[in-house]
Amino acid sequence: MTDKNRLVGLYRLLVLIRRFEERASELRLAGFIPGFLHPSIGQEAVAVGVCAALGPADAITSTHRGHGHMLARGADPKRMYAELYARRDGYNRAKGGSLHMIDTELGFLGANGIVGAGIPLATGAALQLKRRGDGAVAVSFFGDGATNEGAFHESLNLASLWKLPAVYVCENNLYGEFTRQDRHQTVKDVAVRAASYDLPGVIADGNDVLEVQRVTAEAVARARAGEGPTLIEAKTYRHRGHYEGDMGAYRPPEEVEEWLARDPIILFGQRLVEEHGVAQEQLDEVAADVERELEEAAAFADASPHPAPDEALEDVYAETYEGAALR
Amino acid sequence: MKTLTYAAAIREALAEELERDEQVFLIGEDIGESGGVFGVTKGLFERFGAERVLDTPISEEAIVGAGVGASLLGGRPVVEIMFSDFAALAMDMIANQAAKTHYMTGGRLTAPLTIRLVTGTAGATAAQHSQSLEAWFAHTPGLKCAVPATPGDAKALLKTAIRDPDPVCFFEHKLLYNRKGEVDDEAEPLPLGQSRVAREGTDVTVVAYLKTLHDALEAAEQLETEGLSLEVLDPRTLVPFDRDGLRASLEKTGRLLIAHEAPLRGGFGAEIAAIAAEEMWDALRAPVVRVCGTNTPMPYAPELEGFVIPDAARIAAAARSLVGEKVA
Repeated sequence: MTDKNRLVGLYRLLVLIRRFEERASELRLAGFIPGFLHPSIGQEAVAVGVCAALGPADAITSTHRGHGHMLARGADPKRMYAELYARRDGYNRAKGGSLHMIDTELGFLGANGIVGAGIPLATGAALQLKRRGDGAVAVSFFGDGATNEGAFHESLNLASLWKLPAVYVCENNLYGEFTRQDRHQTVKDVAVRAASYDLPGVIADGNDVLEVQRVTAEAVARARAGEGPTLIEAKTYRHRGHYEGDMGAYRPPEEVEEWLARDPIILFGQRLVEEHGVAQEQLDEVAADVERELEEAAAFADASPHPAPDEALEDVYAETYEGAALR
Repeated sequence: MKTLTYAAAIREALAEELERDEQVFLIGEDIGESGGVFGVTKGLFERFGAERVLDTPISEEAIVGAGVGASLLGGRPVVEIMFSDFAALAMDMIANQAAKTHYMTGGRLTAPLTIRLVTGTAGATAAQHSQSLEAWFAHTPGLKCAVPATPGDAKALLKTAIRDPDPVCFFEHKLLYNRKGEVDDEAEPLPLGQSRVAREGTDVTVVAYLKTLHDALEAAEQLETEGLSLEVLDPRTLVPFDRDGLRASLEKTGRLLIAHEAPLRGGFGAEIAAIAAEEMWDALRAPVVRVCGTNTPMPYAPELEGFVIPDAARIAAAARSLVGEKVA
């Protein structure tokens, strides 16, 4: 792939995530999606930049705001919408929804409904990958809010101690749910917390997909070389509320304006045109292609069957010991 | 057959599984060179090395999380929680993550780890090192719970737990560690959900597990001299629970007494009583009786602790009153 094509590919993923979530929001309002949605709109460059630096054997744990991570990893929007629609063809057969989506073939070990919980899981995944010894790494996404959880501190200590091949990616969007960062922690830069665990803490512009990719690639190389984990802090912003329906009234309008002006997709599109000689028409075609893909994905979800109510009893255990009546 | 302590039987199961499958590894606090506070893993570090027997910082959430995360990618970790009370620090990883992985992924991912939980009082171990918390875990769909009372069962069930594709909470009672019993040289894994009649009898079925099983056997011994015959049923696992075994015993005796060290309120005994009342009413001819820990935290003083925990005398007394007409 030429460099230009590779860059346009990143652009497509950014647009895909943005439009996937904007459409999901509309589909939810229209009654097609019964559950929660926590959109990552505005944060797409972190997901795309990080995943662009990974190889196929690497593993990822995600968050409640995980659609972008999953799409950036290459997940199928059809099966994602089907899961959001709570249909049988969904990634989790309608048992998970937005907060629990997985794709094991992509090493995507799941979104998570518990803030910070993906961090110990990625640490364990890194332990297993180290035991396997094939140079794969585990990446954990989490927000600024999660860095106040014990899970974060316990995990970074353990990963540093054992030099695990882990990359910890903090998407600092300046808010833990409704609470501004300066009201939930005294540090301004989450990256400084790495010093407590004697590992590198790196700050990246989370709205610059190429910078995120570059910083992640360095951390991944370090992890693959057996030099241990890195904490990356990607500074970014969510354009919307904590979840769909939260209007984000706790945020000053000028702050929102300032960040909207630094929209990662617009910035990257301009760069492609101005610095890389990509024609605007090509970007428009990409956007149109994404619309077609998402249109089909929503139609696929809509056509997928609902689960039968008593499927609720299935999947509690993988092994039920015939005769033991695991009720 | 050979005679081993409960601790040695567990150690043997761990060693055999470490030998059998390189995906098996042990992880926990002080389990490596020092062999664990109860000596259960003694010698395994020397034999299998630091890559298979992992000493950790005191970080229960990270320890269990490391186990769960590794299990998602094919590892077969055996996590030790030094005192089951400390599981409270790792409850998210156990109850929200491991327990629900298979279900919330629609069966596409499993978390096949074993969590060894060191349980029960060891004598004056007080409120934060003595609890019997099996009901917490048994109440959480997705977890399986094993409660072995003998060295033979401990070895066979631990091997099953390690090979099982689901997360299994494996409870070990501290006061059983030095108790000896027969263990098969070629112990085969024992399917979960199979109870065992530890002593045959005709008048009352006593369901008990872990250390309390031995108290029930002692009570049965005492009562035999009084002409009262207890059948002692060891469920061996709580999830899955062997309903057929319970029914078979109740059809013989018609009376049910449940004993456990955990507090009465909401204990697993309540579940067993409810199963009997809902599904086996036809076999019962007397109300169900429970002899359990009091609804208190565990106190420190030996005389207070003795008051809280059921013993053979209390089980015997309850059995006598349950069949009051016979021994009057």
